[in-house]
Amino acid sequence: MEKVLLVDDEKEFLDTMAERMEARDMDVTTTTSPKEALKKAQDESYDAIILDLMMPEMDGLETLKELKKNNPDLQVILLTGHATVQKGVEAMKLGATDLLEKPADLKILTEKIKKAHARKMVLVQKKAEEKVRHILAEKGW
Amino acid sequence: MADHNSMGIASELQFFGKMTASISHEIKNVIAIINESAGLLEDYSLMAEKGIPVDPARLKTVSERISSQIKRADGITKNLNNLAHSVDEFHKSVGIKETLELAVGLAQRLADMRSITLELKPPSDLSTVITSPFHLQNLIWQILDFAMDVSGDGKTVGLTFETGKASVKIRFTGLEGLRGLSETAFPTEKEKVLLQVLRATIHEDVEAREINLILPKDMDQQSSANI
Repeated sequence: MEKVLLVDDEKEFLDTMAERMEARDMDVTTTTSPKEALKKAQDESYDAIILDLMMPEMDGLETLKELKKNNPDLQVILLTGHATVQKGVEAMKLGATDLLEKPADLKILTEKIKKAHARKMVLVQKKAEEKVRHILAEKGW
Repeated sequence: MADHNSMGIASELQFFGKMTASISHEIKNVIAIINESAGLLEDYSLMAEKGIPVDPARLKTVSERISSQIKRADGITKNLNNLAHSVDEFHKSVGIKETLELAVGLAQRLADMRSITLELKPPSDLSTVITSPFHLQNLIWQILDFAMDVSGDGKTVGLTFETGKASVKIRFTGLEGLRGLSETAFPTEKEKVLLQVLRATIHEDVEAREINLILPKDMDQQSSANI
């Protein structure tokens, strides 16, 4: 089961999207506040964070920057009203996993979440292997 | 360097672009909610096909959500239509209350993005002015944009108006961070051009924490002295 954090200032969008994602066996947490999202991302481990690009308090790119600063391995998928090449490049440079235009096709979004989950698992595995290698090298076994 | 005229045209296009971009973003948000609601109904029908009972209350919630988004979209497109028609005539009688309602409708999303509340408190007054509706909307936006910057910790900008003998005063209130306009770059050349077109003036009242826009009742027979 993928654990997803959904961040968008449109409450009705969040509620509907969350219900549909839960029906697809995802564990979904929602918030309309980017600041709360930063806190949640520090307290919990998510397979993917779906982030709206334009929000009050902090825009999506700013939130993305903060999220990646706190945890560079986080898989963040951005949602935007109007996707442009420029925005896409900017988001990728900041470490976004993907960028999707609203209204998003849930099938495509679900695929991207599953890919993000797989990527996260690879990163976790790599980190575990590195840790083992480090211990082995340190102990000289 | 751009001359005065081309600067004015660029500023008008910038205003139009800013408003229509904001409107299109909002419409996209509405479409996204309707799209997910349609998807949810599809999910429910798939569940029903598999013999899983669907609670009618859930269907009602989705239906209400779609209705409320359609109402929202209707309001957004009405504002867009009114903005589009504001360039039909550059010398026309317009209601001040309606003008401010449109201005707030257009600026609402941009204010939300800055976490600022716009409070429209018009008197029950059917005042009209003969003016250029498009230039007036542009000027009100420019003042609102500045007013939001100086709204301070209150993060609220109030809008109201008072009618005088020969002019109407539109008040932008609650500007907790307002210092003397002489200490700021406002009004810029952009606003000065619009003030000239509308034969209007801007005054500050630092003590009352407000900016006042004085419009002549007829921009071709300017007399904004008596309010």
